[in-house]
Amino acid sequence: MKRIEAVNDFVIKFANVNGTGSASANNMFAKALFRMGLPVSPKNIFPSNIQGLPTWFEVRVNEKGFLGRRGGIDMMVCMNPQSMAKDIKELESGGYFLYDSSKPLDLRLLRSDVTFIGIPLRDLCRREFSDPRQQQLFRNVVYVGALAALLDIEFDVLTGLVADQFQGKEKLITSNVRALELGYHYAAENIDCPLGIRVERRDAVGDAILIDGNTASALGAIYGGASVAAWYPITPSTSVVDGFDKYCKRLRIDPASGNKNYAIVQAEDELAAIGMVIGASWNGARAFTATSGPGISLMSEFLGLAYFAEIPCVLINVQRAGPSTGMPTRTQQSDVMACAYASHGDTKHVLLFPATAQECFSMTAEAFDLAEELQTPVIVMSDLDLGMNDSMSPPLSWDDQREYRRGKVYSGEQLEAMSERFGRYLDTDGDGIPYRTYPGAHPEKGAFFTRGTSRDEYAVYTEDSAQYELNMQRLLKKWQTASTKVPKAEACNASGAADVGVIYYGTSHEAAREAVDSLSRAGIAVDTLRLKAFPFDDGVAAFIDSHKQLFIIEQNRDAQMRSLIVNECLVSPRRLVPILNYGGMPITARQIESDICRHLDENKVQPLRAAKETV
Amino acid sequence: MTYLRPSFRHPEQPINELGFTRKDYEGALSTLCAGCGHDSISAAIVQACFELSIAPHKVAKLSGIGCSSKTPTYFLGNSHGFNSVHGRMPSVATGANLANRDLIYVGVSGDGDSASIGMGQFTHAVRRNVNMMYVVENNGCYGLTKGQDSATADVGSASKKGEPNPFEAIDLASIALQLGASFVARSFSGDREQLVPLIKAAISHRGFAFIDVISPCVTFNNNPASTKGYEYVRDHLAATGTVDYVPFKQEISASYAEGESKAVTLHDGSVVQLRKADPELDLNSRRSALRLIKDYRAKEQILTGLLYMDEDSQDLHEIIGTSKTPLQALTEAELCPGQKVLDKLNDSLR
Ligand SMILES: Cc1ncc(C[n+]2csc(CCOP(=O)(O)OP(=O)(O)O)c2C)c(N)n1
Ligand code: SF4
Ligand SMILES: [Mg+2]
Repeated sequence: MKRIEAVNDFVIKFANVNGTGSASANNMFAKALFRMGLPVSPKNIFPSNIQGLPTWFEVRVNEKGFLGRRGGIDMMVCMNPQSMAKDIKELESGGYFLYDSSKPLDLRLLRSDVTFIGIPLRDLCRREFSDPRQQQLFRNVVYVGALAALLDIEFDVLTGLVADQFQGKEKLITSNVRALELGYHYAAENIDCPLGIRVERRDAVGDAILIDGNTASALGAIYGGASVAAWYPITPSTSVVDGFDKYCKRLRIDPASGNKNYAIVQAEDELAAIGMVIGASWNGARAFTATSGPGISLMSEFLGLAYFAEIPCVLINVQRAGPSTGMPTRTQQSDVMACAYASHGDTKHVLLFPATAQECFSMTAEAFDLAEELQTPVIVMSDLDLGMNDSMSPPLSWDDQREYRRGKVYSGEQLEAMSERFGRYLDTDGDGIPYRTYPGAHPEKGAFFTRGTSRDEYAVYTEDSAQYELNMQRLLKKWQTASTKVPKAEACNASGAADVGVIYYGTSHEAAREAVDSLSRAGIAVDTLRLKAFPFDDGVAAFIDSHKQLFIIEQNRDAQMRSLIVNECLVSPRRLVPILNYGGMPITARQIESDICRHLDENKVQPLRAAKETV
Repeated sequence: MTYLRPSFRHPEQPINELGFTRKDYEGALSTLCAGCGHDSISAAIVQACFELSIAPHKVAKLSGIGCSSKTPTYFLGNSHGFNSVHGRMPSVATGANLANRDLIYVGVSGDGDSASIGMGQFTHAVRRNVNMMYVVENNGCYGLTKGQDSATADVGSASKKGEPNPFEAIDLASIALQLGASFVARSFSGDREQLVPLIKAAISHRGFAFIDVISPCVTFNNNPASTKGYEYVRDHLAATGTVDYVPFKQEISASYAEGESKAVTLHDGSVVQLRKADPELDLNSRRSALRLIKDYRAKEQILTGLLYMDEDSQDLHEIIGTSKTPLQALTEAELCPGQKVLDKLNDSLR
């Protein structure tokens, strides 16, 4: 049998039962590799259920820093008899299968091309711990200890993590370290260690941090100056508001009075949540909500109001697999169309597409500036993969010189000095964006009536067609202005001219980057364009015009971003070949690479030979 | 910031403490049907705000969709207004209130807006005790969509089309009482003497102040078979007593006999007096109000007036402990923790 041999480059998957305390042990494993200077990307694959169903944790280790899913599993740590048959099947040829040998393995499951590693986890724990709950919990820690021996993880790093996690709780530290040792010694004494796959300390993470996108978004909201959050619980967005709450309690309490410099309301539904955000924003506070697909559907009427009445608001959409309730704990990028054109009538909304946790932070903060500058909703299009999984990210940073861009708001003083009549919907400087006023600004000037009905430039109700059209045209002009203010799509060109162009956005980023690297090493030059926002800047159409063969990578069934591009950039849909992944698991580099190659082969496209490296 | 008002006034127009005339509280010309009850309510709101000497720009008026929800255009022209979407005013008002606790919030809704499409939001604004006055202009029908029965229409009551309503009516005042509203009243658009002091008290009350105002729709629901037409309501009124609202600075006159009047002091020191109250009514008891509403109903009478009041209730801001400074007035320095804090945070994530 040819075993997989790899140092610092493999995929390991843990199969657990949810509710058994495996998550913290698995996280400890991932973090240990990270502290050994190795790029890791852990991904939780969990059911929409609280206890008793299969759950997996997949960790990619990659010294080169590719953090997307690669595809394939090199080692499986199986703690769930329920999923064992499937888990064994999923292994790559030459892979490793670690199981609890306290019970004999069903021989029918054996594969001759897989190395089976039995460790009597249950028995070890029974001998060591008397409390049945501890026996269950520590089983997870014991396998982490065994993995330390099997994969060459530095034991000190693990004990350091335990010490950090249970600071001040000596008893817990002792028992956790004991459990680690138990596994470590058993493996070292009974199994040929290390395995063909293993790790070695490197200096490949620099000053990176491990953080999930939702926490990063929450911090972005705090740094962006949000003081009102209204929400209705829904996976996978809940941890955005949880994070906002947690960090506000640390960072937003008025030291003198102990009062809160923020408000969080758990609304009765998503309609109310977005209504509260609109009310607060109208009144001059920065406000946001976080939701997922079903919530977007409910918020649509209000989004139309905010678009038409020109009220800033920020919405973080952590996308999950639809339609309807869909697969609530699986990822997708399938709300692109629903968000871009949310609500009836001619509406369009500004979307931002973060690809990394760092961008969840920066784009959420930026969303507040954009929403207020443009006086319109801004939707941050995260997804479950990005939002709920820890990922390696550059440290979060904030420019202390930066000032919030609050947009065009007349203050009381400005109103006082004004001799002309205030026109709420008057385009005074040609960018389509009018001035607004906050309630209470001035005793006699600047009051206006906000409404979802048609009105003239002075916010007075009208059913006059010409006035209505004038307003709708101004909104289009504002949309044009928006395209110059949102983050530009990011082009990455192969050295030398390539005629293959790949467009992608959001969490396809890491897998796409890896696939392109691999293609270039196979001699296929590919230029890439990462979309960061809607409306599209001019660079998007230019990229399409300058490439013969175009692909668009998306994590939905209908190639929704392609529709958006076709619609907004007036290109033929035939020009964009979709590469789609919509099964609910994050897209893999292998799929992208093979889909591109297959298409090029089938269509006899002779791509330019690439120079060695992509830039 | 303060601004001086021009001192010239028509000598005959009475002015209030702030130097405003009643006209300063009016809005655009109403476009509702002539005789619509809603217009009388707008006039009562104008009168109440004038008498209270409220600075108009310190009021935010909000509404949903319907004839009733259009009315904020017709009063307080110097206040910001927000005509939101159908049934969702409570959430917009809640958000607005969270952002700026220093303004006065006047919410206007209809029976369709609050008792049907917006029932969920209405009930939750009640239970959060959002500091606002919430007026439902209740005509038992959907005026703006031409007269369909609403959920507050009484069983057997018929609109202009003549079909008697087969469904049980929702009584918003009872619901508000059950959900913990801290101020509940009912009135009739045609009874300005009762309505104006109720509005004044509701505005001065800290917390959610609900007034269900029966407001006949002259176009679709003012016929002999309707229980929300002018005539029916006039003939079936019963009042809890006459309400007087006495601002803090004004001395409470002692012209009422003991036992005939009941005074409640509000958080700002102003006083609400209920004269010749039904001896059965205990203003601080929800149960008493609920029972009396039912008793009168059984006699085919509509009990109006102040029904319940909890002058010490905590509003949403007090419940969740937000800063005394309006959130919208917090500065960037107060909101943004800066890079130093991020450095520490980054460290904890390695
Ligand atoms: C989502 C939605 N559904 C339906 C309507 C149509 N609509 C407008 S007003 C109204 C009923 C208003 O009734 P009510 O609140 O009692 O106000 P009134 O006109 O009687 O004062 C309806 C159904 C709408 N504007 N929005
Ligand atoms: S239709 Fe009825 S509610 Fe609407 S304005 Fe006319 S009278 Fe008033
Ligand atoms: Mg009505």
